Amino acid sequence: MLRYCMLALLGLLAGLALLPWHMQEAGVLAGAWVRASMTSPNAAPALFQAAIFGRWWFIPIIAAAFLGLAVHVLFSGRKLSQASAARAMTAIGALGFFLILAQGAAIGPGGWSYAALSDAFGPLGQKQFGVGAGMAVTTIGFLTLFTTGLAGQGGFRSDPFTAFAVGLIALLIVSFTAWPVGRMLVMALSPTPGQNAIEALANRLLEPKIWGLACLYSGKSCGVAWNTVALALSTALAATMLGLCFALLVTRTSFPAKKLMRALTILPIITPSFVIGLGLILIFGRSGIVNQGIEQLFGLDLGRWIYGFQGVWLAQVFCFTPTAFLVLIGVVEGVSPTLEEAAGTLRADRWTTFWRVSLPLMRPGVANAFLVVFVESIADFGNPILLGGSLGLLSTEVYFAVVGAQANFSQAAALALLLLLLAFGAFYLQRKILGRYSYVSMSGKGDAGLGQPLPDRVRRFVYGVTLPWTVLTVGVYGMALVGGFVKVWGRDWSPTLSHYSRAFSLEWGPSGVLWSGSAWNSFFTTIQLAAISAPVTAAIGILTAWLLTRQRFAGRTALEFALMLSFAVPGTVLGVSYILAFNVPPLELTGTAVILVLCFTFRNMPVGVRAGMAAMSQIDKSLDEAAMVLRASAARTMTNVLLPLLRPAMVTALIYSFVRSITTVSAVIFLTSAEHEMATVFIINRVINGDYGVAIAYCSVLIVMMMVALGTIQLLVGRRNLGRRTAGAKAPAPAHA
Amino acid sequence: MTNSTLQLGAEPIAARKPAAEVRLEGVGKRYGKVTAVKPLDLVIEAGSLVTLLGPSGCGKTTLLRMIAGLEQPTDGRLLIGGRDVTHLPPGERDVSMVFQSYALFPHMTIAQNVAFGLISGGMAKDAALAKADLALDQVGLPGLGGRLPSELSGGQQQRVAVARALVLEPSVLLFDEPLSNLDARLRRRMREEIRDLQQRLGVTVVYVTHDQSEALAVADKIVVMRNSEIAQIGSPRELYQQPANTFVASFMGECNNVKADLADVAGGRGRLTLGSSQVLTAVPDGLEQGQVDVAIRPEAVRVLPKDSGCLQGVVSHATYMGSCIEYEIETDIGGLFVVCGDIAGMRAKGDPVGLDFVASGIAVVRP
Ligand SMILES: Nc1ncnc2c1ncn2[C@@H]1O[C@H](COP(=O)(O)OP(=O)(O)O)[C@@H](O)[C@H]1O
Ligand SMILES: [Mg+2]
Repeated sequence: MLRYCMLALLGLLAGLALLPWHMQEAGVLAGAWVRASMTSPNAAPALFQAAIFGRWWFIPIIAAAFLGLAVHVLFSGRKLSQASAARAMTAIGALGFFLILAQGAAIGPGGWSYAALSDAFGPLGQKQFGVGAGMAVTTIGFLTLFTTGLAGQGGFRSDPFTAFAVGLIALLIVSFTAWPVGRMLVMALSPTPGQNAIEALANRLLEPKIWGLACLYSGKSCGVAWNTVALALSTALAATMLGLCFALLVTRTSFPAKKLMRALTILPIITPSFVIGLGLILIFGRSGIVNQGIEQLFGLDLGRWIYGFQGVWLAQVFCFTPTAFLVLIGVVEGVSPTLEEAAGTLRADRWTTFWRVSLPLMRPGVANAFLVVFVESIADFGNPILLGGSLGLLSTEVYFAVVGAQANFSQAAALALLLLLLAFGAFYLQRKILGRYSYVSMSGKGDAGLGQPLPDRVRRFVYGVTLPWTVLTVGVYGMALVGGFVKVWGRDWSPTLSHYSRAFSLEWGPSGVLWSGSAWNSFFTTIQLAAISAPVTAAIGILTAWLLTRQRFAGRTALEFALMLSFAVPGTVLGVSYILAFNVPPLELTGTAVILVLCFTFRNMPVGVRAGMAAMSQIDKSLDEAAMVLRASAARTMTNVLLPLLRPAMVTALIYSFVRSITTVSAVIFLTSAEHEMATVFIINRVINGDYGVAIAYCSVLIVMMMVALGTIQLLVGRRNLGRRTAGAKAPAPAHA
Repeated sequence: MTNSTLQLGAEPIAARKPAAEVRLEGVGKRYGKVTAVKPLDLVIEAGSLVTLLGPSGCGKTTLLRMIAGLEQPTDGRLLIGGRDVTHLPPGERDVSMVFQSYALFPHMTIAQNVAFGLISGGMAKDAALAKADLALDQVGLPGLGGRLPSELSGGQQQRVAVARALVLEPSVLLFDEPLSNLDARLRRRMREEIRDLQQRLGVTVVYVTHDQSEALAVADKIVVMRNSEIAQIGSPRELYQQPANTFVASFMGECNNVKADLADVAGGRGRLTLGSSQVLTAVPDGLEQGQVDVAIRPEAVRVLPKDSGCLQGVVSHATYMGSCIEYEIETDIGGLFVVCGDIAGMRAKGDPVGLDFVASGIAVVRP
């Protein structure tokens, strides 16, 4: 406890006296603030702000830190019992935390934030900006004090590390998921002249633009909610069926190229979702090869038929079939062959067995795949923006409400709320289905039976569906690749490298290399921010996985539920809520690189947590217990026992969160700024401008880069696995429980 | 490996501190609605080896883990060496544990595994590794410190697990079914070695097993558990010869449960009528005369020629077992299972026999 108290005090010292309290334009690392801190209060650490610039509102915070020091001194001098020291620490931690929040909320860039305050205290000549390194570190310091105090009072099995980890994760979830989403809710409820909050929200939500049914009886389009749901249902239906066919193909037939099929499933992970849309435009668009061919042969102009519901649907089915396949392959493999053999011995023919035994067993898994695709579809942004045409969908409408002429944030928030409710609804159904009807055996024990071959009718159907679809998929990706080497698609087919050179050209100027290509700026920014967020994601993810799988503490179920819920928040919603929440002090982050890193981190948390949970469940729990009995602290157990065993999982989490950061569109489109431009946003803008060449060239470069990254890692991790011996401690199976 | 033993070398692992007593006062554990261990009192004397014995799911592991500090009791208080450790984490209890799966860290060498606890406790790395080597010598694994756990046989892994626990010189050592992953032959050897080691070091040991022969072989005292509570505590001999109830009687070894008349109960003894003879036996507190449950060990029945002995019967099954014959014999007091060493005089099915009883193998028990 003393050690953690010491650490907390060091954090407080650094946060209050060594780091600038507020956000620095040039970044903390640039160091320009050091010189400026003597002249400008906003560049100075809190201690100087209070001492030199008379900013009295930091004095209580500094005083709280000194109280913490006093407790430490008294406790280490045995003047204070452990119990009372712990209670004091908890109280001081909470107090400091509250004081930081209070000063941040009360005093903003325009002096007092609330009229009541300036009435009470008189006008304030000072202003302060958003959170900086100092405030962040001080907050962590008080948090450590608080959680150490809780552990000292017997909470969290008296382990200060666990207590701190729980506190940190909870703080992060609250700050970067709950708070933004809450702000969004408040925004959606913001009253308008003549309407109170509820009326205003009802007004926003019940618009005919959202719920209109005009398409049923006239040529006009329906409301965006109906469009979104209809699209998501039809996409989910088609993708699930295709995914099931592919899963059956790979597991239950003697199809020769199964490896290739599995390889194809990583494509959607490493490609931004709109690459499919792009490929479809090149095939079916106005200057697409199909349209051109038909026009030449039959003189028919197909026009813009690909733009609209059918186009988005097609693109999404292409996009999410692999997702469904990944879910369903586990489902199909989970059906115990022994059951099918048993059905066989009970005089059922193959058709009956498949229809009456296998399919019903798969039903919960199929429903789950359906819901997974449903959520992906409603959250998808890239395909609708490229192919939607005049089709209104929730995710794009949210975007247009924000960037449109009137910048109607309240409307955006209301639409995002609707999107969020849809996602939560699907999440709720998913939990219910998986909780209640999962017959799939998860033991991982080998099953002696052999997978039954499919009945002939089913097999013919599976082949008939999957083979053409594979050809189409390859065609779409191929088209997207070839497009980068053609001068003007549809008009001038002469081969060229000009798109690549426009995007990625280098020149040698007097002062060395000039990155003159138009893509370099966004390319480097993207890589840099993704590379910063990946380790953060992996670390938080694995810490969380450790807490959830290995620690028992009050509120664990709540934490787990909050996490799962936060995973269900669609990217568009997260993006909107971030701009709504983080444009006001104290957490004023809009337009900075920090907000992008945070967005990446919390968008990719599920990847880190799932990788961590999967790996953690492979590690026998008695290993941690042995370490504990052998006098190791939780921190030592973590670093010396678990982390070495978790290395492959960490590498996986790192790479996947890196890759996903690069390919994501939906959330970052709200958060990019001219200064911090993201690759995907750059590409989408090129496509919207009809500049396909550069967009395609850029996509190809990204895809190849990520393939190389994934391949290298696969190789490294694969080799490590070979080098690692089977865990000796787990080798002998216990004879008895 | 077969030649090595847990023989101590010239030096003992260290000058030992006195062993500690473990005292449980009303300790119990609930998981939500499931009661894994009902609140119970138990004193484990310093320097003794106590086994927790019972069928699977009776709460042995939970009880042991509460002593280790891996589970928090939901009731009661736990003292080790007179110190209240109820809320202390495992590392601060001066206990050490050998896990059922051994829980050797797969990515560390044997020496690093053994030194792990010493380094956690703040010992310098070199000193810890040196001491680990010494401990490995002492459990009969000299020179294997550089290997990984996966490069050792099951029995060797078991020794490493023991060395890793012992090197910390705990005042209480805990074993959770330490032998269940070994084959029958090795199991016998290892249990003797563990017993030996415990006797020499004088450490307090709590040993969980579901195997009654293992418990009988190693224990000073056996705690029999059933349905989350203690069924009986006693020395191996007491439990075998004077089980408190039919459950303990059956669990401690083969036994015949029959009904018989008890008379003249006085001073904890009484007269039991078996066939035509009367046997004087101990009577558990609270049992009165009348019909009672009696446990008769199979080796306490002697098979005699027809018309001799105190009870007549007919052989309904006879099985040749090599070192003995097992009989099922129908009698007036019910079917009896009998083990008989007289191989030459083996009876056949249908043979009439006379039976006699050895008093030491008969106990009046509670139902
Ligand atoms: N973590 C747990 N959660 C719920 N019930 C448990 C847990 N651990 C053990 N139990 C229950 O407590 C009882 C005793 O378990 P255990 O001590 O492992 O038995 P034993 O070691 O004697 O086989 C069992 O009925 C088991 O189901
Ligand atoms: Mg057990």
